[in-house]
Amino acid sequence: MATNTHTEVPAGAKGVFPPFDSTTFASQLVWLAIAFVALYVLMAKVALPRVGGIIENRQKRIAGDIAEAGNLKAQSDAALTAYEQALADARARAQAIANETRDRQAAEADKRRKALEDQLNVKLAEAEKTIAATKVAAMANVRGIAADAAKAIVERLTGTAPTDKAVDAAVGEALKS
Amino acid sequence: MATDPIQQFQIVNLFPVAKIGNTEIAFTNSAAYMVAAVAVISIFLIAGTNSRSLVPGRLQSAAELTYEFVANTIRSTAGTEGMKFFPFVFTLFTFILAVNLIGLIPYTFTVTSHIVITAVLALSVFLTVIVYGFWKNGLHFFNLFVPKGIPIYILPLIVFIEVLSFLSRPISHSVRLFANMLAGHITLKVFASFITLLGGAGIFGIVGATLPLALVVALTALELLVAFLQAYVFAILTCIYLNDAIHPGH
Repeated sequence: MATNTHTEVPAGAKGVFPPFDSTTFASQLVWLAIAFVALYVLMAKVALPRVGGIIENRQKRIAGDIAEAGNLKAQSDAALTAYEQALADARARAQAIANETRDRQAAEADKRRKALEDQLNVKLAEAEKTIAATKVAAMANVRGIAADAAKAIVERLTGTAPTDKAVDAAVGEALKS
Repeated sequence: MATDPIQQFQIVNLFPVAKIGNTEIAFTNSAAYMVAAVAVISIFLIAGTNSRSLVPGRLQSAAELTYEFVANTIRSTAGTEGMKFFPFVFTLFTFILAVNLIGLIPYTFTVTSHIVITAVLALSVFLTVIVYGFWKNGLHFFNLFVPKGIPIYILPLIVFIEVLSFLSRPISHSVRLFANMLAGHITLKVFASFITLLGGAGIFGIVGATLPLALVVALTALELLVAFLQAYVFAILTCIYLNDAIHPGH
């Protein structure tokens, strides 16, 4: 720098307020133009499209992510609905199967019971018939026994055997009362 | 150490570059700081976003924040159509912010403390508004000066005021930035020189020097705010002026 010191003297005239020193204007303006135009070109062509692109990219990414999240939510909602539908279907089918089985078994049991009852009724009727027959036979026997007994009693009392016909009529009379 | 508060605004020729007529074009300290600002912004925005990651790092996050900040400023003041001028407004904002902030570092030079710089920046906005306004709207651009619903007898006066205010825009636009930077740096320098003056005056002076030191610290914080605010004001006024070119009807 030592050799350059002669160029580092104040540029303007002495005693003039520097901002109003017109001798320095040309240099300042030339360099302002160069600097400003260079900055403008750098900003307009490189920096601003880049920063703008970054911001736009981010917004796109965020919007995309939100859309994807919405999409996934709709999918999971659909899956949930399908699952609930399937569950309801299965439940309904199970109910139907259970009902059908119960009805069938009830009908079968009913049928078997009816068959059994019929069988029992037949047996009951037969038994009643047997009872009735036995009773008639027994009654006949009772009349025979009663007649024999009466004949024997009368014979002992009177010494003479009554006729069978009179004993029979008397027994019939007694049994009637 | 120089205590002259004006010396910090001195333009120094580092080496000559060209000669146009009688005017010598030199690479000055101002030019060096402009180039530095361009380099800092480019590194910040281009190197910082090199990874193009979906989840940004610190530097990329800051770059995106700057981008969104300027983009939202334009959208809210000039509508979506104003996004045509996004690179222009972004360049203006970051350039002014960078040179303002670099200028706050001690021993550096503040590019925007020169009226010729702010004037050319403001004029570039002014000319953009006029050229785009006429190119897009043709003669309807003059509607800008004729507010609707004004009684006919005061219309000439209103039009005159509107034209005058339109023409004075580049002046207020440039002087606001220039004056803020100039005044802020002079104030800082004046209070800083009090510290050395008092510090050289014995033990009581050293105790007394703490007051201007505290003031300089506070002023530096204020100037940091001003550096950002003036860049923002310059950008938002640019948006408002561009909005006039896009939608000239009031």
